[in-house]
Amino acid sequence: MDIQMQNAAVVKPPIMSTKNVDVFYGKKQAIDNVSLDIPENQITALIGPSGCGKSTYLRCLNRMNDTISICKVTGDIRFAGQDIHDKKVDVVALRARIGMVFQKANPFPKSIFENVAYGPRIHDLADNKDHLKDIVITSLKRAGLYDEVSDRLDESGTGLSGGQQQRLCIARAIAVDPQVILMDEPCSALDPIATAVIEDLMEQMREKYTIVTVTHSMAQAARISQKTAFFHLGTLVEVGATEKIFTNPEDQRTQNYISGKIG
Amino acid sequence: MTEYALTTSPSLKRRHAKEARFKWCGRIAIMIALGFLVLMFSAIIFRGMGAFQQTKISLEVTFSELIIDPSSARDPQELARANYKPVLTAALAKTFPNVTDRNGKKRLYKLLSSGAVFEMGKLVSDNPDLIGTSQTIWLSASSEVDLFMKGKIDASLDENLRRLSDADIAYIKTLKSGGMIKKKFNTAFFTNGDSREPEMAGILGAALGSFFSLLVCFGIAFPLGIMTAVYLEEYARKSKLTDLIEVNINNLAAVPSIVFGLLGLSIFLGVFHIPRSTPLVGGMVLALMTLPTIIIAARASLRSVPHSIRQAAYGLGASKTQTTFHHVVPLAMPGMLTGTILGMAQALGETAPLLMIGMVAFIVDIPHGVTDAATSLPVQIFLWADSPEKGFVERTSAAIIVLLMFLILMNLLAVFLRKKLERRW
Repeated sequence: MDIQMQNAAVVKPPIMSTKNVDVFYGKKQAIDNVSLDIPENQITALIGPSGCGKSTYLRCLNRMNDTISICKVTGDIRFAGQDIHDKKVDVVALRARIGMVFQKANPFPKSIFENVAYGPRIHDLADNKDHLKDIVITSLKRAGLYDEVSDRLDESGTGLSGGQQQRLCIARAIAVDPQVILMDEPCSALDPIATAVIEDLMEQMREKYTIVTVTHSMAQAARISQKTAFFHLGTLVEVGATEKIFTNPEDQRTQNYISGKIG
Repeated sequence: MTEYALTTSPSLKRRHAKEARFKWCGRIAIMIALGFLVLMFSAIIFRGMGAFQQTKISLEVTFSELIIDPSSARDPQELARANYKPVLTAALAKTFPNVTDRNGKKRLYKLLSSGAVFEMGKLVSDNPDLIGTSQTIWLSASSEVDLFMKGKIDASLDENLRRLSDADIAYIKTLKSGGMIKKKFNTAFFTNGDSREPEMAGILGAALGSFFSLLVCFGIAFPLGIMTAVYLEEYARKSKLTDLIEVNINNLAAVPSIVFGLLGLSIFLGVFHIPRSTPLVGGMVLALMTLPTIIIAARASLRSVPHSIRQAAYGLGASKTQTTFHHVVPLAMPGMLTGTILGMAQALGETAPLLMIGMVAFIVDIPHGVTDAATSLPVQIFLWADSPEKGFVERTSAAIIVLLMFLILMNLLAVFLRKKLERRW
């Protein structure tokens, strides 16, 4: 498994690569010189104690931090070889390529259909109504939600259960046909059963998409990810194959964190 | 076993007493407030109800072609302005055959409202076929007769101290015994414009003036207010300038309304020469006044839209404008509408700024558009309250009832919209 993965890494360049990323909130530095590669079609887990900057780092990848006026991001962040901070890059197009799922499920207070159809609509992905319906159904199926909601697509998305809402948000992100999906603690508000469903889903999605997820649960990181990065106090302490990080970490702080001494 | 005290101790008793005292303070405050409200409403309704009825006198009128339309042209405008006085005096003489002296006839004619000739004019011009026939019709009585019928003139008073002489009262009694004088529903109050005669005065002119003013006010203040709020809340970066603007908007909301009237007088009338006394300029002044209210309400409701909704839209690659107008503004709309309606209700009750721009003029004609001279409901109330005729007293209260009705309706609409459109997440 290890050798296979390393081979894959040699064959395929990482879909996203970041070098020397610094993030400042006003004068406070939240991320200090982080360099990290995101391999394609894998799940990369970002772990670390609260306030270590893992969510902030995740939000750099699709420039979500642009929406916070006091936040300043420097460093080289590349998606498929292109600098995402390049003047020619349109942030709207970038976010269509790099989707996002948030900690708290945040469906629009609209129907299930409209929730999923919104992305394709604003990006003009559908040629006609049937095509749009097709996209919506495919996305819901990929998010493993279609069977549960197929008879009530016109009901409000906010009426679903927490786990269903989160899968609706995943379907909504998939509908735009992104390459990368960023997930910011997608299961932290869910019960264990709903979490297991989402974890299975992420595993299936890996075939088609690259996933970067932030998680507080080390067990989850160990279960689902192929690559793990440990953040501490705004710095990237250690990164490597998940198996290695959890069995044989090099840094003492990583060791302490995974054994529950800090965090 | 240890014994734990579960009974009331002196200190607990004090706490309970304090709670009870506080509850009663609150109840008393509410009762006092409600008491004043009930007092106000009942006083207004008690005084104003009379105005919804008007005394009418039934006369058998012969529509003589010779007097009304000697040329037989049947021109509606001529018919409306024809000389109906002889027709009416003839009808009165028929009813009171034993009044023969000139003075008595004059007094008889005074029983009718001076507006009775206009009622005749309208009747005939609407239906020229009446000419040449003899009909029994109900005509408005004069304000004094009306007051007497409503028991507001004391017949036991000395004759010199009242507006009706003993002879007049005798005439009224004759009419009464013949069933020829009655209080009827006062449609004129709802269909006429202002008048010098209380019995002819109506609120339609003022109500339409208010309506047109509010229309202009809404047309200006709503889009301006919403766009300002959206820009300040969603687009503008926080800076000294936006802080200054925010402080100024909040201060503008507290500026006395007459100041806006002065501004309208010097700028809209003085510089731009917009026709004075019109709902157009009235609405513009009211818009200035409601603008800060709408902006503040709209910003509050924009702020209450959860941040996660914006994040969701941004995460899908929606642009700022798409995020704002597809998600944030629709979700904030109920709050914005409620704020706007409350601002409008405030504008509806505003008098002072309208006085400054000439909407206080005596205007009989009913306005047909925003550029016709008009007055507004609260100004009409002010004008009637200022009139010396006793008949205007009840009309003033009746106009207040109408104004309050509109205000209550608008507030109910605001509550309804809030309940109906509110979304929870």
